Amino acid sequence: MNFPILSIITFLPMVAAVIMLMIPANRKTEVRGVALATATVDLLLSGWVYLQYLLGHLTGYQFVEQYDWLPALGISLKFGVDGMSAPLVLLTGIVMFTGVLISWGEYDEAHHLSAGIQDRPREFFAFLFLLAGGVFGVFVSLDLFMLFFFYEIAVFPMYLLIAIWGWVKTREYAAMKLTLYLFIGSVVSLVGALVMYWTQYQNTGILSFDMIQMESAGFSASFQYIWFLPVFIGFAVLGGMWPFHNWSPDGHVAAPTAVSMFHAGVLMKLGAFAALRVGVMLLPEGAKQWSWLIMAFAGIAVVYGAYIAFVQTDMKYMIGFSSVSHMGLVVLGVSTLNHNGLVGAGVQMFSHGVMTALFFAITGMIYDRSHTRQIPELGGIAKVMPFATIGFIIGGLVSMGMPGFSGFVAEFPIFMGVWGRQWMLAVVASISIIITAAYIMMNIRKVFFSPMPEEIQKHHIGDITMLDKIAIATLCFFMIIIGMFPSVMVPMVERGVENILRLLGGA
Amino acid sequence: MFTPVMFASILPEILILALAVILLCVEPFWKADQRRNAGWLTAGGLFAAIIVSLLFGQPGEPAAVFGNMIRFDWLGFFFKILFMFAAAVTALLLMDHEKVGQRGEAYLLLLASLLGMNLMAVSADLIMLYLAIETASIPLYILAGFLLADDRSTEAGFKYLLFGTLASTVMLYGFSLIFGFAGTTNIYQLAEMFVGGDISALLAFGVFALVIVGLGFKLAIVPFQFWAPDVYQGSPTPIAGFLSTASKAAGFAVAVRFFIVAFPSFAPSWTLIFAALAAITMTVGNLLAISQTNIKRLLAYSSIAHAGYALIGVVAFSQLGAASVVFYLAAYIATNLLAFGVVMAFSRVAGSDEITDYAGMSRRNPWLALMMLAAFLSLAGMPPFGGFVAKVFVFAAGVKANYTWLVIVGILNSIIGVYYYLNTMKYVYLYRMPNEDEENRPVSLTRPYAIALAILTIGVILVGTVFAPWFSWSDAAALNLF
Repeated sequence: MNFPILSIITFLPMVAAVIMLMIPANRKTEVRGVALATATVDLLLSGWVYLQYLLGHLTGYQFVEQYDWLPALGISLKFGVDGMSAPLVLLTGIVMFTGVLISWGEYDEAHHLSAGIQDRPREFFAFLFLLAGGVFGVFVSLDLFMLFFFYEIAVFPMYLLIAIWGWVKTREYAAMKLTLYLFIGSVVSLVGALVMYWTQYQNTGILSFDMIQMESAGFSASFQYIWFLPVFIGFAVLGGMWPFHNWSPDGHVAAPTAVSMFHAGVLMKLGAFAALRVGVMLLPEGAKQWSWLIMAFAGIAVVYGAYIAFVQTDMKYMIGFSSVSHMGLVVLGVSTLNHNGLVGAGVQMFSHGVMTALFFAITGMIYDRSHTRQIPELGGIAKVMPFATIGFIIGGLVSMGMPGFSGFVAEFPIFMGVWGRQWMLAVVASISIIITAAYIMMNIRKVFFSPMPEEIQKHHIGDITMLDKIAIATLCFFMIIIGMFPSVMVPMVERGVENILRLLGGA
Repeated sequence: MFTPVMFASILPEILILALAVILLCVEPFWKADQRRNAGWLTAGGLFAAIIVSLLFGQPGEPAAVFGNMIRFDWLGFFFKILFMFAAAVTALLLMDHEKVGQRGEAYLLLLASLLGMNLMAVSADLIMLYLAIETASIPLYILAGFLLADDRSTEAGFKYLLFGTLASTVMLYGFSLIFGFAGTTNIYQLAEMFVGGDISALLAFGVFALVIVGLGFKLAIVPFQFWAPDVYQGSPTPIAGFLSTASKAAGFAVAVRFFIVAFPSFAPSWTLIFAALAAITMTVGNLLAISQTNIKRLLAYSSIAHAGYALIGVVAFSQLGAASVVFYLAAYIATNLLAFGVVMAFSRVAGSDEITDYAGMSRRNPWLALMMLAAFLSLAGMPPFGGFVAKVFVFAAGVKANYTWLVIVGILNSIIGVYYYLNTMKYVYLYRMPNEDEENRPVSLTRPYAIALAILTIGVILVGTVFAPWFSWSDAAALNLF
């Protein structure tokens, strides 16, 4: 029996959540301490898993653990990571760690600053960690039942986190909208999963939710044709897929900073990942038949998202729609069903997760100090927050797909993959790069480098805290290192993709 | 002839009866301010009875005892344990009810009703069944109207009595018709009588309709649900909790045994009736729950909807289906008792059942708020709470039986459910009290509540995470039916 590292990564945040709830409500520092310690341990463990997989040149599912949970129905707690999911586990660790740092929320007397989470931090971190545990669980689950189990755990704390700690103006509306969208998506997929489960039983006589088992369940082509769309789209709702993306920008805007980071950085990957793992990998024939539709949706999302982001005046809405655009690229990469596209999608999930977490973190820092997110009302941030400015510029370069940063490593293969399928779509989708460059650069010029308006000067904006800087530095580190040395991630994702291509019949 | 098997088959009932007699003898000698201890006695006695029954009363092979009146099998046994658990928790919740907790007869009536429910779960004969149902119902009529000074409670008791007697009379008529056609009142012999097929489908349909009226009243399924919101709102809160859990589960115990065992040859027609009833019940319950402003009425409509979900398992007409119903009820009993327990604990201090008065609750008592969250998320079908697994099992059984349309109706309904459960939690966590100073007044829990709610919360989480043992017991219970 190996060391059950994936179970520990998954259940540690949940245990920490319970421990935090046991701490009396007024001991806020202790709560934060437990949160940070847990997040650090989880980051280190997930980093260790990642490095083991990378340096060991491992292939297939590794660190596999299996515990029979309900043998009568073939439900087992089966964990394992492959080249696709290991980077996402690491991503969750990173976002969790930085999310705790920027939510620290010590009241700063000197600047009358109330950044982070002041109100009931105990419940905040407990719900956030429950969510994090659910996210880890989805990425490592190899059992379809458990995947749904963790998927739902990752969804409902979102409602509370947004509704309780979110932006006063829209939080109730946005939280309910988000929850209903995601819940509808997940239960639609659930029906599909149950149908797959019984069809497998009819075909093979095996009663099992094991996804590796299901890969050889022998679903007929017509069955896959019917059920691929509900399953894929049900999950892709969480991936922000057009035309079901509507919940996502509203949710981003209403959520408190750390939750926006989780939401855009990790949760949307959850949707794309589950759509890939359950939709494409278990119903490959369906994927081939429907890929044109998914590709069309994704193509629209890429350009439309970028364009809507371009016309936003609220920074969070801008980033929210840019997430729709970038997640569109992920789905686009998946829909090509070829090597390049899938590799690009895998790297893009990680790259976008880190980048968008960084964007939301910095936007949150600016908002806490200037009390506005309206781009026209902001200015001169570079003088008071130089570190954050550098971070935002690096994020911007990643977003534009500049060579030397992780965005390029991700987007270039996606466009190559799309070109291989439909060159016209590649041309159209690449328009998004230009629009992205435009809104990012305009935003940087106005918010960071234009003269500071008097309204903002009144707030006597100070620099960000040390914890914020550590968070920004951590996020930037990963974007640069992958950009400089693609070999720290690409070969690993390629090994994951090989498995998908095998299921697709070497397409 | 009194054999050991006969003794074991009614061991829980013997213990309950003994407990009732002890209660009756002891309680008059207590001073008025000690009468509350009857709750400790009842709850402790019932937990002891559960343990003793688990140790010595476990059924082996299904056996017909007492002249085929009682079927001694796992189905009945598992339900009995559930009922006793629900009654024990209800006794704890009754203790600090201002007007009921001090009255020993409330606990006695609870035990009497429990006795009837236990017999409902094991009855193998229509006459026995009818007696058991009446034994279970009559004490509940009294308990629902227990608050004599409260008009709503009196109304609740009277309404429950009228609807209850009407429904059971109709059912009795159905039973007598069955006897007329089959010449036997034994459920297990009915199946053989009807296999020959010398009863017309139309006639069978009529008989089912009559029996469903009676059971539908117990289950509070649409269109026999009218009494539920008024009765729940008016009765003492713990009694409402008991009505919505144990009483409903007892109805299911009968429905599962009666329809699956006695009428397998008519399965296609009665599953269709039940499928339609399930779909209507879920939809009506959930839609009406949305606009409720009183939390007890909200829970009443939500429990109507939950009967609809559980019916999907009956409709499936398979071992998995029956097992999933039993599992669903186990999860549901713990969850709904928790919800009513929280409502009881809160209304004791806040003096109100209006949802708007739950504002600021998480600041007044974070733990109570968390327990309410657990209960409501479990009702909404979210993991890691019992409601999620239970729903998945029921839906899985439905899909297997090719009732995918019904499962889709169920899923659409659970989306509505998520909406109103979360909307209620919004008051608890998000809204502030009009006067924020009032939030400093804590909502304190007395010991019986702390114990009962802690047991239930742990139960809800255990059913939702470590579900293998519960499922194998449910499966064992269902095995005896086929």
